[in-house]
Amino acid sequence: MSNSTATVALGAAGEAQALRFYDSGEHHPENGTLLGFWLYLMSDSLVFASLFATYGVLGRNYAGGPSGADLFSLPLVAVNTSLLLLSSITYGFAVIAMRRKRQGATLVWLAATGLLGCGFVGVELHEFANLIHEGNGPQRSAFLSSFFTLVGTHGLHVTFGIVWLLTLMAQIARHGLIAANRRRLMCLSMFWHFLDVIWIGVFTFVYLMGALP
Amino acid sequence: MFEHADLAKLVFGRLTWDAIPLHEPILLATFAAVVIGGVAVIAALTYFRAWGPLWRDWITSIDHKKIGVMYVILGLVMLLRGFSDAVMMRAQQAIAFGDAMGYLPPHHYDQIFTAHGVIMVLFVAMPLVTGLMNFVVPLQIGARDVAFPFLNNFSFWMTACGAGLVMMSLFVGEFARTGWLAYPPLSGIIASPDVGVDYYIWSLQIAGVGTLLSGVNLIATIVKMRAPGMGVMKMPIFTWTALCTNILIVAAFPVLTAVLTLLSLDRYVGTNFFTNDLGGNPMMYVNLIWIWGHPEVYILILPAFGVFSEVVSTFCGKRLFGYTSMVYATVVIMLLSYLVWLHHFFTMGSGASVNAFFGITTMIISIPTGAKIFNWLFTMYRGRIRFETPMLWTVSFMVTFVIGGMTGVLVAVPPADFVLHNSLFLVAHFHNVIIGGVLFGLMAGITYWFPKAFGYRLDPFWGQCSFWFWTLGFYFAFMPLYVLGLMGVTRRLSHFDDHSLQIWFQIAAFGAFLIALGILSFIIQLLVSFMRRESLRDTTGDPWNGRTLEWSTSSPPPVYNFAFTPIVHDTDAWYDMKKRGHVRPLAGFVPIHMPKNTGAGFVLAVLSALCAFGLIWHMWPLAAASFTTLIVATIVHTFNYDREVYIPAEAVLLAEDARTRLLASHV
Amino acid sequence: MSALDIDPARAAGHGTEDALDHDTLHITVGGYVTGFSLSVILTAIPFWLVMAKVFANPTVTTFVILGFAIVQIYVHMVFFLHMTSKAEGGWNWMSLIFTVVLVVITLSGSVWVMYNLKTNMMLPSPEQMRNMP
Repeated sequence: MSNSTATVALGAAGEAQALRFYDSGEHHPENGTLLGFWLYLMSDSLVFASLFATYGVLGRNYAGGPSGADLFSLPLVAVNTSLLLLSSITYGFAVIAMRRKRQGATLVWLAATGLLGCGFVGVELHEFANLIHEGNGPQRSAFLSSFFTLVGTHGLHVTFGIVWLLTLMAQIARHGLIAANRRRLMCLSMFWHFLDVIWIGVFTFVYLMGALP
Repeated sequence: MFEHADLAKLVFGRLTWDAIPLHEPILLATFAAVVIGGVAVIAALTYFRAWGPLWRDWITSIDHKKIGVMYVILGLVMLLRGFSDAVMMRAQQAIAFGDAMGYLPPHHYDQIFTAHGVIMVLFVAMPLVTGLMNFVVPLQIGARDVAFPFLNNFSFWMTACGAGLVMMSLFVGEFARTGWLAYPPLSGIIASPDVGVDYYIWSLQIAGVGTLLSGVNLIATIVKMRAPGMGVMKMPIFTWTALCTNILIVAAFPVLTAVLTLLSLDRYVGTNFFTNDLGGNPMMYVNLIWIWGHPEVYILILPAFGVFSEVVSTFCGKRLFGYTSMVYATVVIMLLSYLVWLHHFFTMGSGASVNAFFGITTMIISIPTGAKIFNWLFTMYRGRIRFETPMLWTVSFMVTFVIGGMTGVLVAVPPADFVLHNSLFLVAHFHNVIIGGVLFGLMAGITYWFPKAFGYRLDPFWGQCSFWFWTLGFYFAFMPLYVLGLMGVTRRLSHFDDHSLQIWFQIAAFGAFLIALGILSFIIQLLVSFMRRESLRDTTGDPWNGRTLEWSTSSPPPVYNFAFTPIVHDTDAWYDMKKRGHVRPLAGFVPIHMPKNTGAGFVLAVLSALCAFGLIWHMWPLAAASFTTLIVATIVHTFNYDREVYIPAEAVLLAEDARTRLLASHV
Repeated sequence: MSALDIDPARAAGHGTEDALDHDTLHITVGGYVTGFSLSVILTAIPFWLVMAKVFANPTVTTFVILGFAIVQIYVHMVFFLHMTSKAEGGWNWMSLIFTVVLVVITLSGSVWVMYNLKTNMMLPSPEQMRNMP
């Protein structure tokens, strides 16, 4: 093999130190996908931070309309939160099935996650529809604008996650648990758990604190 | 089923023939010029049968070098547009006094200063900076490409489509009249019901997505793809500034995305974030947009600082003084840039405590920048200075930027800012730092790395002409504005009553004329250099006796950058290799794994632009259809697993042999 | 040789293969179950505190539930996101800390600034807003 070397004799001991300046053979840099996706999630956190900040500033501007205490049904939010939390653990089981190279089990747990996610989005759409129907849509006040936008943005992210999940299920079914698909599964895993983290912020800051006097 | 008129309304939204500005002679003339120019370009492409190569080698390219070049071309083209806006403003302000109303009514003038700001910051400076980082960083760290080559291509086309939307607003509809940050309530739906602010919002959103993804890309590249032995404290200083810049991008652009989304919700859905009634608070927009806006200006300047570090070190023949302190200064600037944003709205009324806090942090942030200036000076001290064109730009930067920085510290003092906010003093300050810092840095960088990209140096004489015209032009154009600002003249005015001010505006107009000559000299430089390229040829790949790894490749580098990945032992890795007698490998090449070209990025970006156009003009079917197609196309693209190709060892051997012959011929 | 065989990670033989397959990430069923159980508890208690009006003072309730939220976010980071200071050579951890700092600055900075602006610029108070048309 042709290495490029330069030989430098060192001192009286006469040792030759071979300094290699080139990496012979093919150099494979580390794959950056997981880091890159994590960085994207950090940027998404800042989108949510801006929306939380907006909610924090405008969230008490009821403009003579209803407040959170008037509108929020905490039992419903508890149901929603449970669905999302359950979906986190079902995704976790999907990841474990992936690492055990069990394609069928992976798909089953992914499907369960997707269904729970759909349940979450469904409940949220139901909540929004009710509010709008009663005349408490996002145009009613700055509080409602920021509520709908913050909660709605989270819900949109979950929806995109479900679309991604379905796509990934199709890709696993077609190509199996190849490295590229395993990488994608880990990215979606990060995305899904990240959305649950954001939801912790939402139910605490918006719903629970909103229900307080 | 539908009446003719109803169907037209549904399909075309609020787009009517009135949107074409047939009654504005300046726009008509511009449109005619663009059409003629466009036809000429299309004719040339057809005549030279260049459509195929254009698509195959450039539009679909995922090679970071080609993408970097395309970014720079985009930035330079948009510079012509942004500068035309500047010339128009200078001309208007030089003549519109008393009874003379000038030639630009306020309705038009307001669009010009808005477009000027948006284009210069987001579609000139950002693409130029991104282009330099894209081209140089993988080469400097010994990598073959960036971490996510497809995403790189997509990012470029998103930026280009954003620029395209802004350009389109010239001829179809109009642009925003709100200033480059579009504060509500002026930018709200009541005060600006027309398409201008919507053009603004969507072009920025599209370009913003491109920039954000580019930020993620370059961070992952620098973290993951450095050559063996290149620890972070052995990276070239330009790579360090690129890393910090891209961290700022990833951390700041999401805020822009969020706040523009809120503004667009106010405009499209009737929410009340920034309205004056129903609980809205327009000041929240100002707060959020500057949380983005301040890091944005550091995103612009940090790469320029990186360029200067490389240029000073190379053209003084010395290792950069204080590498460690330079790194720390850059990181500190990056961190502190998040703690100063309120200095852009001291006068909005947040009170003494808040203003004092942000005033102090703003003054603190000037300290690491000062440290950098000293480090550059100490590098020059006792160096063997060669005043090649990049070094000229650097010296002028040091003087000009320091002046601008000092006026910045002046307005950082809240009581002073109460007098000077939104005056021409402020305008002079930020042009001082942006032109003296960012633009001079970009010119230095372009001149410095041009031979690497194209294989021949830029003509030095025309480079010096451009440099002198720009420097003198800058001082003539902006020093009068400091005087005017101190006298109390407000920014963004198209007409004045006080004739005693006119002389200053006339001097400023003369300065703009000199800058125009500077730009013209640059264009001539490009043409002359191309014609004289054989006499300016860079045969060795190292025309400046450089110190970093990009100079170890041929000019231009082969598509795979390095036949063998270099192993790094010290900072200034290439200088280290030269000093210790490395030998270039001539045989034993292996097949090299490279990503494949793809048209997907271009297609997705165009679909995004179509969706944006539909949203701007309320053409809901177009918006819905293009959005759906965009989602479907993205999903389809993810089903393509075949993204790589091998360059066979024989091809590598051929390329390296060609270089060997070139090196031999030079001796 | 199909295109899928040129999969870079497989060809490279390192990178995500290590991260995904070897137990450096410590992904276990027990880990997920523990995380889930903790999350359930950390969710149920705040809901109970608010719905049953356990504390008379809403400010106390606010701080307590915020505390629970922070703890639960940490639980998610460790048990679901497998966040450690070693992941991806420490870059994940550093970028997380940096982001957290920025989020805190954005939230607290905005609230502080806007509160001062509202006070000084005499915008209507929430009570006045409640009575506005």
